[in-house]
Amino acid sequence: MVAISINGKIYQTNADPRTPLLWVLRDDIGLTGTKYGCGVAQCGSCTVHIDGVANRSCQVPLNSVGRRKVTTVEGLAEGGTLTKVQQAWLDNDVPQCGYCQSGMIMAAAALLKSTPKPTDEEIDAAMTNICRCGTYQQVRAAIHDAAKG
Amino acid sequence: MTTTTATLNRRSFLASSAAVAGGFSLGFGVPFSRAEAQTGVQEVNAWVVIHPDDKVVIRIARSEMGQGTLTGLAQLVAEELECDWTKVTTEYPTPGQNLARNRVWGNFSTGGSQGIRQSNLYVRQGGATAREMLIQAAAKDWNVPAAECSAANSVITHKGTGKTTTYGKVAAAAAKIEPPKDVKLKDPKDWKIAGKGVKRLDTRDKLTGAQIYGIDLKLPGMLTATIRDCPVNGGKLKSFDAARVEKMPGVKKVVAVDGKGVAVVATSYWQARTALAALPIEWDEGPGGKINNDDITALLAEGLTAEKAFIGNQAGDAKAAIAGAPKKLEATYSYPYQNHATMEPMNCTALWTADKCEAWGPTQNGEAALAAAAEAAGHPVAKCDFHKMLLGGGFGRRGRSDYVRQAVLIAKEMPGTPIKLVWSREEDMTHCAFHPVMQCKLSAGLDASGNLAGLHVRLSGQSILASLLPQNLQNGMDPVVFQGFNSGGTESAYGYNISNLLIDHAMRNPHVLAGFWRGVNTNQNAIFMECFMDELAHAAGQDPLEFRRKLLKPRHLRVLNAAVEKAGWGKAPPGVYQGLAQIMGFGSYVAAVAEVSVSDQGQLKIHRIVAATDCGHAVNPAQIERQIAGSFVYGLSAALYGECTVKDGAIEQTNFDTYNVMRMDEMPKVESVIVPSGDFWGGVGEPTIAVAAPAVLNAIFAATGKRIRSLPVMNHDLRKA
Ligand code: FES
Ligand code: FES
Repeated sequence: MVAISINGKIYQTNADPRTPLLWVLRDDIGLTGTKYGCGVAQCGSCTVHIDGVANRSCQVPLNSVGRRKVTTVEGLAEGGTLTKVQQAWLDNDVPQCGYCQSGMIMAAAALLKSTPKPTDEEIDAAMTNICRCGTYQQVRAAIHDAAKG
Repeated sequence: MTTTTATLNRRSFLASSAAVAGGFSLGFGVPFSRAEAQTGVQEVNAWVVIHPDDKVVIRIARSEMGQGTLTGLAQLVAEELECDWTKVTTEYPTPGQNLARNRVWGNFSTGGSQGIRQSNLYVRQGGATAREMLIQAAAKDWNVPAAECSAANSVITHKGTGKTTTYGKVAAAAAKIEPPKDVKLKDPKDWKIAGKGVKRLDTRDKLTGAQIYGIDLKLPGMLTATIRDCPVNGGKLKSFDAARVEKMPGVKKVVAVDGKGVAVVATSYWQARTALAALPIEWDEGPGGKINNDDITALLAEGLTAEKAFIGNQAGDAKAAIAGAPKKLEATYSYPYQNHATMEPMNCTALWTADKCEAWGPTQNGEAALAAAAEAAGHPVAKCDFHKMLLGGGFGRRGRSDYVRQAVLIAKEMPGTPIKLVWSREEDMTHCAFHPVMQCKLSAGLDASGNLAGLHVRLSGQSILASLLPQNLQNGMDPVVFQGFNSGGTESAYGYNISNLLIDHAMRNPHVLAGFWRGVNTNQNAIFMECFMDELAHAAGQDPLEFRRKLLKPRHLRVLNAAVEKAGWGKAPPGVYQGLAQIMGFGSYVAAVAEVSVSDQGQLKIHRIVAATDCGHAVNPAQIERQIAGSFVYGLSAALYGECTVKDGAIEQTNFDTYNVMRMDEMPKVESVIVPSGDFWGGVGEPTIAVAAPAVLNAIFAATGKRIRSLPVMNHDLRKA
């Protein structure tokens, strides 16, 4: 049994300690908002926050999390109220298929926390997530919007 | 049309899926009639369901995969229904329900950018018919002529008395009214919901993690499987040593699949994947196992000069005109295999019992998925159903049902247990029906004043139909190869008046499977044509725009003009160079101007793209803009990086680290100009992809003097010639 803090709750899991956090979240805890895209740190679909920092959860073994606090996309909107990043995403009608968007939103939220008014260059450097539908233009607009809000 | 209740506890499934999915519609797994009986929800006709509180559920037959068809089709129904747009939601009927009801929802297939252009008429009629039925029901209740009543915003009003009622109140009575024939559709000029850039209906759950994709589905008692199929297409499974992994944590079963793959079924994906990685497997790769990329290149190169070729388009005498021309030009282009690489890997969940089978998953073709499931299940179609899930990308990949078949075959080994098959990205990258390989030799003659005297386009390469639908070949010829190479028509055309023309195809089919890839054959054909037009313009000493203007047909010219005007052709900032391209594909006319710079070190930057589209009717301009911007991401990812190569018969690129795609920092500013001419219906999901690469390649030439004739661009040194 490993205890892990996710979205402010403590969960117990029987998963093998070497299991990537991504699959613990999806299969053991049942939080499927965090997506599998590549499993090799390329796409960012699996991005979560660990103690507030964006991490690609496919690269984080369960046993490395320890007491640190994990936040997933499900943990953003408290009581159904969207965060300003999510709201900016809604206002800009960002998602197409939406599959990459959990990761995009988590990466953007972490960026805005460390850099509240990012320039285009800072956005480019931080947002290396893959979107095959090609929402990059809307993602950029939404980040700027959220920075204003 | 629920067919399986044997082991799946219906109530708990619905409860759990409703709890996690939120957005799941009532129709999902529940017979419409039962849902209606329980809640007073009323189906007015096949397209329109109305709740007592006036909520409107619009049924959508086509698959939503990001392209916005769900919202666009709902707009068209709602427009005619005269309902309150803020109360609209949608649901998918299942393909089983479609069959049971005489295909009342028509074609489910979602490919070829046809969702809106091919179903707009009958979905609008569906909305209009329901509106008339609702009005008649109110009129009957009030005992007044229906002609004196009108509907707006889900409210029906009688002119004389000022009486009003709402759709929710009359829906039950309306359903009993004989549907009127020949309803009159609105003039698009009067549209209030359609034609507007309304927000998508399916966004919110995608922002909170609540949206359930196929890969996220959870059913009671479900196990997860992952698969390795023979790495070489055409190869077989020789043997595997299940005993080596059967005792590993979570592993439930190791099964051979279809004689060519092997799957591990386990409690969770990671357990299945870990065991599969440890499983010793031997393959019989067959003759394909000896093939390498150079063999394929050589096979196609031979076809460029082969005697025999299928003629796709012909006018005048191209060969004679070229032979007699004072100036001749020849160039050979080539296009590699490419993978769709949808963001969500292939997956499907299946539940098989001795008499029934049910499956859930992302598909672009619900009816084909149902047929594949039934065939694999060994049950009649009527004893099976397929539940479409939202797709994490489609791009043509999910028109095939190979993963549906696999999931059902695995589930068949464990009757009564729902099995979710999830492919690894590595499996997904190496088992696709790839964008076909093609080479192209273009020969042309210019007359003394630099006019195009004749053009011969020789294609040599792979046929998609030969791979996937050989029964559709026409006397051996694949007409799809010539997509974008037609002289006219309503589907695809290159747009130039060329009096001496020959376009032919030497079919060369390597063992790798080829398939439909967003934009399909217009992608490489537009590169061949539009880059060569650029070469011809330069050979003639003419501006590429002016050279084209002399040859272009009016509709093509109008769209090209719209693009160059907005872009400011010839007015790029210092150090920035322009290129252009145009085509008609998937029923729409498109053109693009690309602005690029190339540094002394050969670093390419794409600064800006201006893209014009005439799609006839623009049902949702905001979503069209997004399809256009997305088309550049998709098309330029392919142009810059997309290449799947073959070694020992297998695809070498296994993940995004070796199959790179465009990211945010490379995204140019895309400006779209939508110029709908209003007299036809064209698609928007695909046509623009075809102009993305040639516009950029032509701009690269303008910047560097280098002609890139083989894709992808990353294989070339762009430092100035
Ligand atoms: S799944 Fe973790 S980065 Fe792609
Ligand atoms: S919205 Fe589909 S992959 Fe990004």
